[in-house]
Amino acid sequence: MDFINQHIQEIYFVIFCVFIGIEVISNVPAILHTPLMSGANAISGVILVGAIIVMLNVPEDDYLNLTLGGIAVFLGTLNISGGFFVTGRMLKMFSPKKENNK
Amino acid sequence: MQAIIEIGYLLATLSFLGGLKFMSSPKNAKTGNLIAASGMTLAVVITFISAVTETVPYTNLIILFLAIAVGTVVGKRLSDKVEMTGMPQLVSLFNATGGGCAMLLGLVEANQMDAATAILGNKILLISGLITGAVALTGSIIAERKLAGKVKDRRTKLVIFSARFLLLLMFLLPVLYFIGFIPVEFTVFMYILAVIAMVYGVLFVLPIGGADMPVVISLLNSITGIATAFAGFVYGNKVMIAGGIFVGAAGILLTLLMCKAMNRSLMKVLAGTFKKSKGGAAEEEQEFKDISVSETALALSFAQRVAIVPGYGLAVAQAQHTCGQLQQMLEKRNCEVDYIIHPVAGRMPGHMNVLLAEANVEYSRLKEMDEGNENMSQYDMVLVIGANDVVNPAAENNPDSPVYGMPIIRAHESKQVVVMKRSMGKGYAGVQNDLFGLDNCSILFGDAKVSLQEIINQLKLI
Repeated sequence: MDFINQHIQEIYFVIFCVFIGIEVISNVPAILHTPLMSGANAISGVILVGAIIVMLNVPEDDYLNLTLGGIAVFLGTLNISGGFFVTGRMLKMFSPKKENNK
Repeated sequence: MQAIIEIGYLLATLSFLGGLKFMSSPKNAKTGNLIAASGMTLAVVITFISAVTETVPYTNLIILFLAIAVGTVVGKRLSDKVEMTGMPQLVSLFNATGGGCAMLLGLVEANQMDAATAILGNKILLISGLITGAVALTGSIIAERKLAGKVKDRRTKLVIFSARFLLLLMFLLPVLYFIGFIPVEFTVFMYILAVIAMVYGVLFVLPIGGADMPVVISLLNSITGIATAFAGFVYGNKVMIAGGIFVGAAGILLTLLMCKAMNRSLMKVLAGTFKKSKGGAAEEEQEFKDISVSETALALSFAQRVAIVPGYGLAVAQAQHTCGQLQQMLEKRNCEVDYIIHPVAGRMPGHMNVLLAEANVEYSRLKEMDEGNENMSQYDMVLVIGANDVVNPAAENNPDSPVYGMPIIRAHESKQVVVMKRSMGKGYAGVQNDLFGLDNCSILFGDAKVSLQEIINQLKLI
């Protein structure tokens, strides 16, 4: 019960996010589903934020956790940078044609 | 200071939302990606500023920056090198990294926290984040291997049974642990759960058919998002919660959309089963006409409106560029060329659109299934390249067929259909295609890329 009292704001927040997320995403046309998926994938890399917080709190001589945390940061960054770069590359292919259309 | 941090996080959350919103039109999508990426950078910088203190040891900082630098460079390299046909594999791989990050985070956090005083809710969140992250990690890797054709389906009873058993364990063990039946330290328990979840991830994806991988990747993507949201809860960090939930919602939505497009329930996809066709009557020999390259080229040279129905086979044969050349050539002859794209064409939803965009096909030429079907009778010729089940009329008029009920592209309603096929083999669903037996349909055998090139050569002569 303590937990719910402490986190009631977050719980509201999650519920709103679910509905807003579905609302925004359901408008995306099928043409863009692959970039959408890849972009969403990059956004899930926001887990890096957690990894950074952890890394800054691990004691200096705790080698096990430093290693695990380091790998976590690496993986999170890879997710973000790779995700956004690859999405950008895909979307670039859609763009030269819009100039022809005008 | 606190206010600046909060505003920074708020901006980052808004940027994710804005980025996704901008994705709804091809024109703005690039801006959307940029917005989301800047938001992400902002979130990372803000986090660092807010969490860093003078007491943080240098070792930690060095490792942190090194990991970020290497991660960025490797990510950039991988995304620069990938072929567009290999896109789904890469997305799956990146998804695995996100899941892996979530899993490790759960482990480190469990090592760090004081297990005696931590409240139950936080422990449950940590466990949930750990399990979802671990499943996404190994599941995505197996999905990637399957897409690359390196791992075959294993649909044995043993695999399915073990998968279910492990799934049960993942729910049961934490309950038993919190009741006090499992007398191990919390950290040890977390390692055990991580291993179970990773094995489950492998067994979960193994029985699922290779062509269903898009559904699985989308599902795993949403699982990573949910893992992120769990972790966000642990830290009370709203950017993480929002980002995770948006991704979770996007993943689930796309998953259901794809299942609907194949007229199969998510459960059936996950079980790797297909509706069995009733009786063996459909197995009788089918009569069909074949057509030569020059005949096809001749027919194309007279056509006013041509539709191309691309499928999985087009991507496999890497024929999208040749296909684009053919289109440009026909357009020079004042022939209108449209592409009609089934929602599940390619290896990922919308993958075909990316492939065709790479081959410089204007997106105004890409028609969605419904639009294509409405105008089908006006097409003089429909070229079906590497697609099979999505043009099978049995889906509409044969209730006994396993594909019955699946929305299809009604190629048979056009004036003439040419199907490019490698052999008389059946499509993924393993059913006979009634289209091939129709009078207005003929089949051009051979590799799609080679055939297209030959057609182009012939057209040059006509």
